[in-house]
Amino acid sequence: MNKRISALLLGTALVLGAVTGASAQTMDKNVKIGSLSDQSSLYADVGGPGSTLAAQMAVEDSGLTKKGWNIEVITGDHQNKPDVGSNIARQWYDVDKVDVIVDVPNSGVALAVNNVTKEKNKIFINSGAATSDLTNAQCTPNTVHWTYDTYNLAHGTGGALVKAGGDSWFFLTADYAFGAALERDTTAVVKAEGGKVLGGVKHPLNTSDFSSFLLQAQASKAKIIGLANAGGDTTNSIKQAAEFGIVAGGQKLAALLLFISDVNALGLNVAQGLNFTETFYWDLNDQTRSFGKRFSERMKNKQMPTMVHAGVYAGVLHYLKVLEKEGGNSHDGAKIVAAMKAMPTDDPLFGKGTIEPNGRKIHPAYLFEVKKPSESKGPWDYYKLVSTIPADKAFTPLDKSTCPLLKK
Amino acid sequence: MKVPGGSPPGIPSLPCQTERERPNTMQALYAQLLVGLINGSFYALLSLGLAVIFGMLNIINFAHGALYMMGAFCAYFLLTYGGINYWWALILAPVIVGGFGILLERTMLQWLTGLDHLYGLLLTFGLALIIQGVFQNYFGSSGLPYAIPDLLKGGVNLGFMYLPIYRGWVVIFSLVVCIATWYLIEKTRLGAYLRAATENPTLVRAFGINVPRMITLTYGLGVGLAALAGVLSAPINQVRPLMGADLIIVVFAVVVIGGMGSIMGSIITGFALGVIEGLTKYFYPEASNTVVFVLMVLVLLVKPTGLTGRAS
Repeated sequence: MNKRISALLLGTALVLGAVTGASAQTMDKNVKIGSLSDQSSLYADVGGPGSTLAAQMAVEDSGLTKKGWNIEVITGDHQNKPDVGSNIARQWYDVDKVDVIVDVPNSGVALAVNNVTKEKNKIFINSGAATSDLTNAQCTPNTVHWTYDTYNLAHGTGGALVKAGGDSWFFLTADYAFGAALERDTTAVVKAEGGKVLGGVKHPLNTSDFSSFLLQAQASKAKIIGLANAGGDTTNSIKQAAEFGIVAGGQKLAALLLFISDVNALGLNVAQGLNFTETFYWDLNDQTRSFGKRFSERMKNKQMPTMVHAGVYAGVLHYLKVLEKEGGNSHDGAKIVAAMKAMPTDDPLFGKGTIEPNGRKIHPAYLFEVKKPSESKGPWDYYKLVSTIPADKAFTPLDKSTCPLLKK
Repeated sequence: MKVPGGSPPGIPSLPCQTERERPNTMQALYAQLLVGLINGSFYALLSLGLAVIFGMLNIINFAHGALYMMGAFCAYFLLTYGGINYWWALILAPVIVGGFGILLERTMLQWLTGLDHLYGLLLTFGLALIIQGVFQNYFGSSGLPYAIPDLLKGGVNLGFMYLPIYRGWVVIFSLVVCIATWYLIEKTRLGAYLRAATENPTLVRAFGINVPRMITLTYGLGVGLAALAGVLSAPINQVRPLMGADLIIVVFAVVVIGGMGSIMGSIITGFALGVIEGLTKYFYPEASNTVVFVLMVLVLLVKPTGLTGRAS
């Protein structure tokens, strides 16, 4: 009896092995892209429906469908819950045969999807999440982190503010993976530049009232109040800080992560003068303007693309370029990502760049300042370029990355 | 000391701020109490509307948050497309959204009279999802700006904290509205008819009173209160499609703690919970989103009808 069972098991294993082995080697021209994002809450304008549109535009602009490729983009809502996100990812990979998941704002969800992707040997091109852990301790051979990260934000904005005299800090931190990573990375920069951190307060995600937290920040007498949060949390903090006279009282706000949709929501009256780091702005050059216009015309609320949307577009474009060069889709995640790293990137939105062995996409970053209402010529004309951080300075240097993939 | 509103708008100049003494713990505590009271006034206004609707119509109005959001959007539209300022919006938005509420009651809710609570809950929940979805589709999720009216810009330095004048106005205004509503329902003849109509509609109708019309107007009043809270909140929060969805669960907890349908209960609990939440934000901020529900559990364990509710 036992022998029969083990024979059966062995047979099944052999058949399964043959099937999976065969599928890994078959090349076809079918691609399925899953745009997994927050579709209805505080990050929906940052990623959300815009990310799906950006992925679709990348598919159209790649020209592959005209060459007979069958490429489909599907959408999912992770509701900012890591368990929901990883369940959708599992279902997409196992049942719906999704090849690549893109976007995924919210670092907590992104880290969960990162694990599932590695386990299933698929591909994760992250644009929306910020945690630098994705290319450090949690790095995998299946993930590319495209647009920005907490190291990049901390050095861009934090470094610039400390150098300009803001040497004492108090943090308002969103109480999850992203906030913790951003506070940690910014604290390191502040200390390295000779500043000190006087304290901080952790607030729940998606809080509408910040007055209590702002009063604590005010009482700390820190020169800079660092906002280690994003989306609606950041806009509410900034708006209510103005109401409580915090900026007028001599303290400065550092929006460590701010998107153009946030500036639009705040209005220039409140947002003017804020300094922050981004890696994309629609009004940078002719190519970004042309993309911005095409994108905005197709969005229901006519919004301009955020850097997250731009990252989804550029990431999908590069992925499809690699597939075309390979002559088909092998559906072998790690192999395709290795090819993506081997091929230099070049797209209309971020220019020329590379993907490092730890999965970190490298391109320049920009320090922007929000214009005064009198300087803005029309809708979505919001940013002044303060300085450009060159690609080799914008992200974690490879020798400082703690990614296990680098220890070979 | 009053500090006049200066330029840029919304950011008052505050000369004495930097010279102020570092606040001690007691001062910080007072500040939290005051901030809690301000938030409590929103809870009170919203839960008051819910209590009125539940008390008179027996409907658990899950669309209340969406109608609150519509109030804020209404103020935004009036200002942006009609040039109509905040003060007019305080009157017009509740009337417009209240009118929409009356339409809802006439076309849908009235058919639920006499049915189980669950039907009303499901219908209004569905309505809330549809209304929020439509707004989100056209205006995105991050919201639209609405400035504080010029007259209420600036702030007052109370010594222990800097109080924005607008927030002070919110507390006083909502207190007045709450007390007026309570008076209307508990102390006037109209209120007496209303209360009688909910107890025994057939008998009240026999006296020649048009009960269905009274119920429709009551729903309109409850919805108007929600819209009024929306206008009040527009300058403090972003005008966002989900602003009501984020708040409604807390407000329901307030109504349950206060005792379903109890007018005074919801007013007092609204203010009290705002204060308790403010204190939690000071002592243990991570729990500030859950403290209300912990309290709800405790209250229901001890007194299942809520603090001021009557057993039916």
